[in-house]
Amino acid sequence: MIQSDLNIIMPEIVLAVFAMLALIGAVYSSKDKLAPGLVWVTALVMTAVAAWIGMNGEGSHPAFNGMFIDDAFSRFAKVTILLSAAAVLVMSQEYMQRRGLLRFEYPLLVVLACIGMMVMVSAGDLMSLYMGLELQSLSLYVVASLRRDSVKSTEAGLKYFVLGALSSGLLLYGASLTYGYSGTTLFSGIIQTATEGSVSLGMLFGLIFLISGLAFKVSAVPFHMWTPDVYEGSPTPVTAFFATAPKMAAMGLFARLLFDAFGADVADWSQVIALLAVASMFLGAVAAIGQRDIKRLMAYSSITHMGFALMGLAAGTEFGVQAMLVYLAIYVTMNVGTFAFILSMERDGAPVTDINALNLYARKEPARALAVLVLMFSLAGVPPMLGFFAKFYVLNAAVSAGLTWLAVLGVIASVISAFYYLRIVYYMYFGEEGSELQTNASPVLWVMLMASAAVMLFGVINMFGVEGAAASAAATLLH
Amino acid sequence: MDNLLSIVTFIPALAAAILALFLRGEDKAAQRNAKFVALFATTVTFLVSLGIYFEFDPANTGFQFVEDRAWILGLKYKMGVDGISVLFVMLTTFIMPLTILASWSVTDRVKEYMIAFLLLETLMLGVFMALDLVLFYLFFEAGLIPMFLIIGIWGGANRIYASFKFFLYTFLGSVLMLVAMIAMYADAGTTDIVALMDHQFASETITLFGVHILGGMQTLLFLAFFASFAVKMPMWPVHTWLPDAHVQAPTAGSVVLAAILLKMGGYGFLRFSLPMFPVGSDVLTPLVLWMSAIAIVYTSLVALVQEDMKKLIAYSSVAHMGFVTMGIFAANQQGIDGAIFQMLSHGFISAALFLAVGVIYDRMHTRDIEAYGGLVNRMPAYALVFMLFTMANVGLPGTSGFVGEFLTLMGTFQVNTWVAAVATTGVIFSAAYALFLYRRVVFGDLIKESLKTITDMTTRERAIFAPLVVMTLLLGVYPSLITDIIGPSTAALVDHYDTAVAAAEAASQHASN
Repeated sequence: MIQSDLNIIMPEIVLAVFAMLALIGAVYSSKDKLAPGLVWVTALVMTAVAAWIGMNGEGSHPAFNGMFIDDAFSRFAKVTILLSAAAVLVMSQEYMQRRGLLRFEYPLLVVLACIGMMVMVSAGDLMSLYMGLELQSLSLYVVASLRRDSVKSTEAGLKYFVLGALSSGLLLYGASLTYGYSGTTLFSGIIQTATEGSVSLGMLFGLIFLISGLAFKVSAVPFHMWTPDVYEGSPTPVTAFFATAPKMAAMGLFARLLFDAFGADVADWSQVIALLAVASMFLGAVAAIGQRDIKRLMAYSSITHMGFALMGLAAGTEFGVQAMLVYLAIYVTMNVGTFAFILSMERDGAPVTDINALNLYARKEPARALAVLVLMFSLAGVPPMLGFFAKFYVLNAAVSAGLTWLAVLGVIASVISAFYYLRIVYYMYFGEEGSELQTNASPVLWVMLMASAAVMLFGVINMFGVEGAAASAAATLLH
Repeated sequence: MDNLLSIVTFIPALAAAILALFLRGEDKAAQRNAKFVALFATTVTFLVSLGIYFEFDPANTGFQFVEDRAWILGLKYKMGVDGISVLFVMLTTFIMPLTILASWSVTDRVKEYMIAFLLLETLMLGVFMALDLVLFYLFFEAGLIPMFLIIGIWGGANRIYASFKFFLYTFLGSVLMLVAMIAMYADAGTTDIVALMDHQFASETITLFGVHILGGMQTLLFLAFFASFAVKMPMWPVHTWLPDAHVQAPTAGSVVLAAILLKMGGYGFLRFSLPMFPVGSDVLTPLVLWMSAIAIVYTSLVALVQEDMKKLIAYSSVAHMGFVTMGIFAANQQGIDGAIFQMLSHGFISAALFLAVGVIYDRMHTRDIEAYGGLVNRMPAYALVFMLFTMANVGLPGTSGFVGEFLTLMGTFQVNTWVAAVATTGVIFSAAYALFLYRRVVFGDLIKESLKTITDMTTRERAIFAPLVVMTLLLGVYPSLITDIIGPSTAALVDHYDTAVAAAEAASQHASN
């Protein structure tokens, strides 16, 4: 029994053992000198585990009496999480090393965060949900304040920690209410209580608190306040990490909780999620207009994008979940490319994040500017870039579920948000003379930027098969 | 040739890819190579597209040269042309080599410039050939990207404002259309345009927020498409992006904008609004007709007081597009024939007028009407060409401008006499502003010091105008060249429309009895 359970969580165990061995190894040897190599090894291990999960998995396997579920849904999310985390790790190595930030803890904290995320998307129980969430969050609080001597970075870490603790509190309160009114922490048990009798008021309260706690993790409005400050204050590679893997994990957890535990009362939460989606899309779109700092801008951009992903969730259908997964996979790919570019922005060796610095960048570096142009139009959702198909997917899900009003509001928000993506293109292509932005020639960043742009451009042909994977993932979630 | 349409569509994109990947450097030789590659590619595209023209069978009202492949998300890559779209394809391939020739004097980032135009051609051709809703939307929207860059990078002093206004205005219109497309997909279960034409969308009156909506879902879908196409046309009162975009765009950009991009709106009405939402169109016809009449009169009056030549021509374009929408929504054979004719003829005439402005702008670097006068003394050939197109713009019989206006007015007269009467006054106003412009620029004594050394058109410029002159006159005296091709398809469209409207009326009569 225990043997088969352990087999199911073997990928997590492998990563955890790796993290601990590496920790011991680094502590007892030359410490930070190992860090650059460790980053690459970690990325390799994560990629290998992602490949292992992606290739080998078949069917649904619950472990530990249903506390942990390995199915197509969790595998899709895990592969996305691990690959994006690995990409961010290799992107950050040179940046952090040159600025003396590269400590051996960094890759290890990222691994631990990833294990937390993997538990999150596989959670079949409120306990394992919380365990995964906290493992992820605690690692993230630390990496946010990785630059110990910078006030901004420490502030970012502290803000994230305090608000994160608050949201964990909300989540726990919701979990205890749900437990109290359903008598079980297992998702399968909760959904059984809901289908057998009517949903009690207490359980609805629990649901709302759980949603609030999770909305904080995906930075949906009105729980988004931490996002711009944390994005701005954290070292850029950490920001890149925040913008990718944790979003996938939190949305995956969101979907799992809502469908596995509360799938019987879609009508109860669909409205709430739709409201979160609308608020996120509009606030993200409007607030980003005034931003001059590209990291803050990307923070608001991520809020808008989470609004769109939530739109797929709000549909409450299998197609909606599929749309959400495709949206997130595309979003994560776009963000990896965009942050690869942001990481390479510098002047006299110091990082630059002011968008003014991009003035007439296209003259200096036409190839990179073109790649960023593709990414910006993709983020804005203009065809033929893949970002358009992501939006098309979720809009389609919303309309099919009868939420046409949500789709209309969504596209209006996407027009507003197009403005600030266009402004970046405007600075690069038709700005004024006089900016001295240099982009370092790190081949890793170049490859990531170009690859991401190429994916956005050529994905129009067949979306690289992500569609089919997302479809089977969504199907397992809604048995 | 099974995939002739795809070949035509993607030759320019291929040339753009070649330019992007293999052409290096910014020196004179590289610039010349970029220009020649672009000219060669657009010319080849035109020659290959002649194959479509000659193989096309006008008597067949269905779609021809159809290509149908599976694509992502249950969508299809489906292309085809019918009598309505085939000539727009030809117009596009015909105009593009001329715009490349007209850009010969560009010296800033020539390679990127040519790539933008080549990609734009692919996307424009795709719009006219796509037979899948989302594929259409993809081409329709993607065209904004190169045009945004063309205006923004190579445009005039106020180019940034113009490019943002152009992009956001058209984007807002289009996204509503996207939602409508998704709603259609949800309702009909397919995005195939041919299948959707036969699909009957619900037309029972529905109540939304206490408002009774005649024509129900069809009216809502119509309005969503209308938001996109009316902006694109552009129709009054959402035309304000056009004068800005035209004035700031480089000459070739203005030419493409006026000659081809504006036609997408009219084409959209014919491809989607009339056949797919006949009841919705019928409900809103009076509104559209009066908006067109207002557009014709109002923008003609606005054109009268313009100080900038390009702005004047831009407003005149809006007025001429007013005739197009009027003809389309007259929804009879003359009206729709006239509308298509007007669009094609306007494609030649407005292109020529913007090129004519470009000729003197290249020499004097100003578009102020005030700065000119008496050009006939030093530029006789130019004066002749400009006069021909001014007259064609006015709609002088013998030029193609006349046929379109006459047919649309005739079609509208049968449906709504008052609208036709108001619109006819627009013809007089158009004569007023066009002749007024011509007199101030060309006639009079050459007294301005700066104009004393101006030179007449070069061979290259004459070569650009020659085909346009030929087409304008040829279509003016022999309009059957167009009407023979579009006739059967428009007849089928009108028939389909009338049947659907009559059926809906019969159903509502039946319900009320």
